[in-house]
Amino acid sequence: MESDADLIRQMRAGDERAFVSLVERYNDSMLRLAASFVPSRAVAEEVVQDTWLAVLRGAAAFEGRSSLRTWMFRILVNRARTTGSREQRSIPVADAGPAVDASRFGPDGRWASPPEHWIEEAEERMAAGRLAGRIRSAIGDLPDRQRQVVTLRDVEGMSSEEVCEVLAISEANQRVLLHRGRSRLRQVFETDFRGAP
Amino acid sequence: MRLALRLPRRREIVCQQAVELVTDYLEGALSRSARRRFEAHLAGCPHCTEYLAQMRETISLAGRVTPGDLSPRAQDDLIDLYRRWISEQQ
Ligand SMILES: [Zn+2]
Repeated sequence: MESDADLIRQMRAGDERAFVSLVERYNDSMLRLAASFVPSRAVAEEVVQDTWLAVLRGAAAFEGRSSLRTWMFRILVNRARTTGSREQRSIPVADAGPAVDASRFGPDGRWASPPEHWIEEAEERMAAGRLAGRIRSAIGDLPDRQRQVVTLRDVEGMSSEEVCEVLAISEANQRVLLHRGRSRLRQVFETDFRGAP
Repeated sequence: MRLALRLPRRREIVCQQAVELVTDYLEGALSRSARRRFEAHLAGCPHCTEYLAQMRETISLAGRVTPGDLSPRAQDDLIDLYRRWISEQQ
C-alpha cells in the first residue's frame, strides 16, 4: 500500500488516481466522524467536501508537520464544530455510567449474571461477511463523543495522542470516552450474539 | 508471617471494579500496584478473564470494519472538486 505522503505528493502533481486513493482510504471515516457533530447526513457530506478542498489547498503547506491523517481529521473536526450545532442541541448523555449494568453483580460485587459467550459466534459471522454492517451501526448508535473516540481509535486505528490532538480533548477524557464506548459495544455484541446457533 | 497471609488482602478488587479497570489496563494507564491487583483478580476469576477477552474482541472487530463504498455521485462530486482545483493551479 502506498504511503499517505506518496499519495499526497502525486495528488499535488496532478495524479487524479492518487486523490481517489486518498478518498477511498479516508472519506468514509471522515463522513462518520462529521456526522457525529452536525445535524444531518447532507451537512456532514458538505463538511467532508469542504475538508477535501481545504486539504487540496493546504497540501503545499502541509508537508509532514504531523501525520497527514491527523492533519486532515483536525481540519474536519474544526469545520464540523463550527458548522454543527448538534453538540449544543443534543441532550447530554452521561459519559460516565458503569461499564456493565449494576444489576449483573451481586451485593458482594461479584458477577451474578456473568458474561455470556459470544466471541466464536461473532468470528463466524465476521468470516461469513455478515458482521461489518452490524458493527458499523452499533458504533453509529453510540453517544456522539464516545462514537468520535471509538471511530478514531478503534476503526481508524489512531493512537491516543492522535485522537487527543484531533478532538482537542485531554488524555484522561479520551480514556473515559473510550472506556464507555467500548463497554457499550461489548454489551451490544453480547446481547446480539449470545447463545446464537 | 503465615498468619498475615491468611488475613484478607488489603484492597482486593471485586468483579464490578475489575470491569471498570479494563480500558486503563489495556491502555497501560494503571499504576503498578493497581495492575498487580487487577491481574491477581483475573487469575482467580474466569468471568472477568472472559470479559477482558470480550473487550479485546470488541476492539478487534471495530478495527476490521472496512470503509463503506462511496456512492458514485459522491465520488463524481469529489473528482469534480479535484479537477477544479487542478485547473486553479494552472
Ligand atoms: Zn471477576
